[in-house]
Amino acid sequence: MTGTTSWEELVTSALLGTDRRTPPADVMAPGQDAPVALLDAAALHTLRRRAGLLPARAAARPEPAPEDDRRELPEPARRRLAQLLADRSAPAGTGGRRGTAPDLTELLPQWLTAANDHGYRAPAAALPALLDAARGRNDLRPHALAFAGPRGLWLARFNPDWKFALRGASGGAVLPGVQDSEAVRQLWEQGLFAERVALLAAVRAQDANAARALLATSWSTERAEDRLMFLDSLRAGLSDLDEPFLEEALSDRSRNVRATAAELLSALPNSALAARMAARAATCVSLDRTGGPTGPTVIVEAPHECDADMQRDGVSPTPPSGRGERSWWLGQLVEASPLSIWPERLGGRTPEDIVTLPVLDDWTDELHAAWCRAAVRQRDARWARALLGPPAVSPVAGPGASSLAERAKLLGTLPVAERASWVAEFIAAHGLSEAFQLLGVCAVPWSGPLGRAVVDALDIARDGGSYPWSFSGVMGLAERCLDPAEASHLEILTATPDEAEGASPGAGGYWSEAFQRLVSTLRLRAAMMSELTGDPERPERPDIT
Amino acid sequence: MDIAGVRWTTEQVLALAPDDASRRAGARLSAAGPWSDAGSSGEGAVWGLCKGSGKKPYQTVIDTKGPAYKCSCPSRKFPCKHALGLLLLWAAEGTAAVRTVVDVGDGPAPDWAEEWLRGRRKRSEEQEERAKAEAEGTAGHADPEAARRRAERRAARITGGAQELEQRLTDLLRGGLAAAEQSGYGLWEETAARMVDAQAPGLAARVRELGSIPGSGAGWPVRLLEESALLHLLDQGWLGIERLPAPLATTVRTRVGLPSPADGPPVKDHWLVLAQYDTSDGKITTRRIWLYGRESGHTALVLGFGAAGRSPQPALPVGLVIEAELTPHAGAGQLRADLGEEVGVPEATGTAPPGGTTTAAVEAYGSALREDPWLESWPVTLTDVIPVPDGGDGDGWQLADADGESALPIAPAALGRPGLWKLVALSGGGPVTVFGECGHRGFTPLAVWSAGSSETVQLT
Repeated sequence: MTGTTSWEELVTSALLGTDRRTPPADVMAPGQDAPVALLDAAALHTLRRRAGLLPARAAARPEPAPEDDRRELPEPARRRLAQLLADRSAPAGTGGRRGTAPDLTELLPQWLTAANDHGYRAPAAALPALLDAARGRNDLRPHALAFAGPRGLWLARFNPDWKFALRGASGGAVLPGVQDSEAVRQLWEQGLFAERVALLAAVRAQDANAARALLATSWSTERAEDRLMFLDSLRAGLSDLDEPFLEEALSDRSRNVRATAAELLSALPNSALAARMAARAATCVSLDRTGGPTGPTVIVEAPHECDADMQRDGVSPTPPSGRGERSWWLGQLVEASPLSIWPERLGGRTPEDIVTLPVLDDWTDELHAAWCRAAVRQRDARWARALLGPPAVSPVAGPGASSLAERAKLLGTLPVAERASWVAEFIAAHGLSEAFQLLGVCAVPWSGPLGRAVVDALDIARDGGSYPWSFSGVMGLAERCLDPAEASHLEILTATPDEAEGASPGAGGYWSEAFQRLVSTLRLRAAMMSELTGDPERPERPDIT
Repeated sequence: MDIAGVRWTTEQVLALAPDDASRRAGARLSAAGPWSDAGSSGEGAVWGLCKGSGKKPYQTVIDTKGPAYKCSCPSRKFPCKHALGLLLLWAAEGTAAVRTVVDVGDGPAPDWAEEWLRGRRKRSEEQEERAKAEAEGTAGHADPEAARRRAERRAARITGGAQELEQRLTDLLRGGLAAAEQSGYGLWEETAARMVDAQAPGLAARVRELGSIPGSGAGWPVRLLEESALLHLLDQGWLGIERLPAPLATTVRTRVGLPSPADGPPVKDHWLVLAQYDTSDGKITTRRIWLYGRESGHTALVLGFGAAGRSPQPALPVGLVIEAELTPHAGAGQLRADLGEEVGVPEATGTAPPGGTTTAAVEAYGSALREDPWLESWPVTLTDVIPVPDGGDGDGWQLADADGESALPIAPAALGRPGLWKLVALSGGGPVTVFGECGHRGFTPLAVWSAGSSETVQLT
């Protein structure tokens, strides 16, 4: 047997079969069966090939990942991250009984936010899991990508599953310095859309005028949906200086761009558009000074037409189905008018007085709703307060906003502390069943009074004999938002109470379980946070009594 | 050296989980909430009470030497989620920077835990005595004559199987491989069953492999010819085994499926646990653990087996160093070894073993083939290599020498695994040290160390 026979010849014989194609003569030993001779030769070739393997030629090496000069995570925090990421694919919020263990998936966003606030760098080995987590959960994306940093973006280039990271990249690491006008101009002209949006925001944060000038250089050639996004980025740091630009955008080809420009202008109470809208709205709403049997009354005369000027100022002429044209137009006029015109127009009254005035012909809801939208748009805390009314008053009996969504938006305009105490009083008066949305706009961790109000209300619900899963939404929020320091006060609620008369069967045990989970989640959050500060001090350990 | 040894890391604990579901369940139990009376001893025992849905909490105790687990829960998973949760809790405390959740401090074990731990200690002492007795030749309970007759009978059956298989292979070559594509899997399955009957599980496994090749995509005829030829070589090796040198004969016996004795001189060393991973054929899960001896410089493979649904034993914490005695199996070029009964508490984090270039790696595989022609791959450590996309139009990757123009392609099976991305992330385009298996299909990375770090990052 010699080695001159080529591998290809052997393969051909094997494919066709030795009956049809005799193996090359030099592999055949005398008296040997053709298939056996072929197998012998093939074994020799195979081993020779494997034993003689050579390395491949190296392909072009990728650019190394950019440096990330953020701090390295402390070791305990690194372990915690691995744990939070290991749990990420667990089914979350499937309802029913959840046991006493914390839901780690829900804590990941909080952990990421805190890690970013501390300026930590993501450990390289965690990047794939982090990108996978961000891929599956939109709410996680901004924080996860910020944490993943430049090396995360570098890595995402190689895996099509992680394309989203490049598309949505805030690009913090690749943006040129805003002072470098040449680099800024170049990126503005050649960058990807996401990069340009990020660039515009970055420049605007430094110098609003420069940002507008940059936008103006290419405005007329941008596509309509891009113009809309760029215009939207003026929302941050909006000022009277933006008025001329916005006023021009009122004549834009695109209806959506026009509407956004009008909305932004109406949030500037000194703008010409606001003045025009105010003039229109003022003709519609007036005070009947003669007074009816109940004293002064607001009279509403809704517009009879939506003319071209109104449309140019962003008033949409066609109402959604089920709404009357005239009330639709009225709502838009009032919403876009500066709230400051009303005290003068309505007899020198304060906002608090105005919202209690009776309104003729069932226009109350329409008018108050428009004022609510105006208060939110103009971020006017005084009006928001007036429209919210005192928290203890029933939402149905109160002035202004009656829907929880509206109330939540109004609350958003109040200072953080006031927001929390308003919601606390609301819960104390009305319980938890309507509090969910309102709690969502409160700052985390919850203030002391707010946290106590929630816990008290849960305690009352338990004593009332209902099941905890009627409150699972609030319970879940409490796990994420209560101040971890509250854990020790809650310990007492984890005991299983004696079954009360008329209580739902077994509810006590479930409540105990729910409170145990709350306490252990709070402890875990405290641990998470102290791991991130790298604080060697043991946080206070509650005494178990 | 701290007497309690190094506590394991989260990753090391999670690697012990039998499946993903228990990994997640364990992670969720790793917070203080349900645990009470938790503690650990200086000898590596960890225990705790975990509140479940019932009235009585579960009693969980772990002997990290081994490791071995016991839990009063009804789970058939092994280790169960409680054991994993408790180990995670214990691991998290190991950093000692914060002790916030549950204090798994050192102290005496409660009675229920102590009872089991005492039982384990006693058993291991008994085993040691028995081993000693056997070594002194006092335990000759087996009848050597009967054993010899049994072995002869089995050898005869294997010979029958090997002859039948030779017939089958020559038929295949006579009729042509092209026909094999049509004949389908059933025919091979039947032949594999005949090899099981012939008590040659090694041959059976290879036959099953052959059956899967015609459906394995482009180039299958070449692969089928290669594997048929190597199987033919193994048959011939068995049929002419008395003419082979002793070490090669042992290798042939092992490859055919006869157990080879672990009778080499034991090696006591500080072993760095390089990698641990499981593969399953549906019935049996095989665990492979690669170890590197700090003093001896040996690389050894410890195998473990588990029936479906059970995690194979042993389980060792990747990245840590354990002091243990390994007994090598006989056979030419064999790396397999048995782990001695007494495994010390994991001691320290091990730095990367010494390694070489990609060229040295393929050479190492090539010379290992001389001892064992059926070898699929060989364990090697690559120093200063960079993961690089291979530039083709596929999703291929290679490991390229940082200095030089040589590279090893990553084995196709490893391309779909999450470990690949960890490897790329850790390198960030710069040189890393990688341990893995180098074979004719490419390189399978199993562990990586980044520059200037002693941390072993698992890629399995």
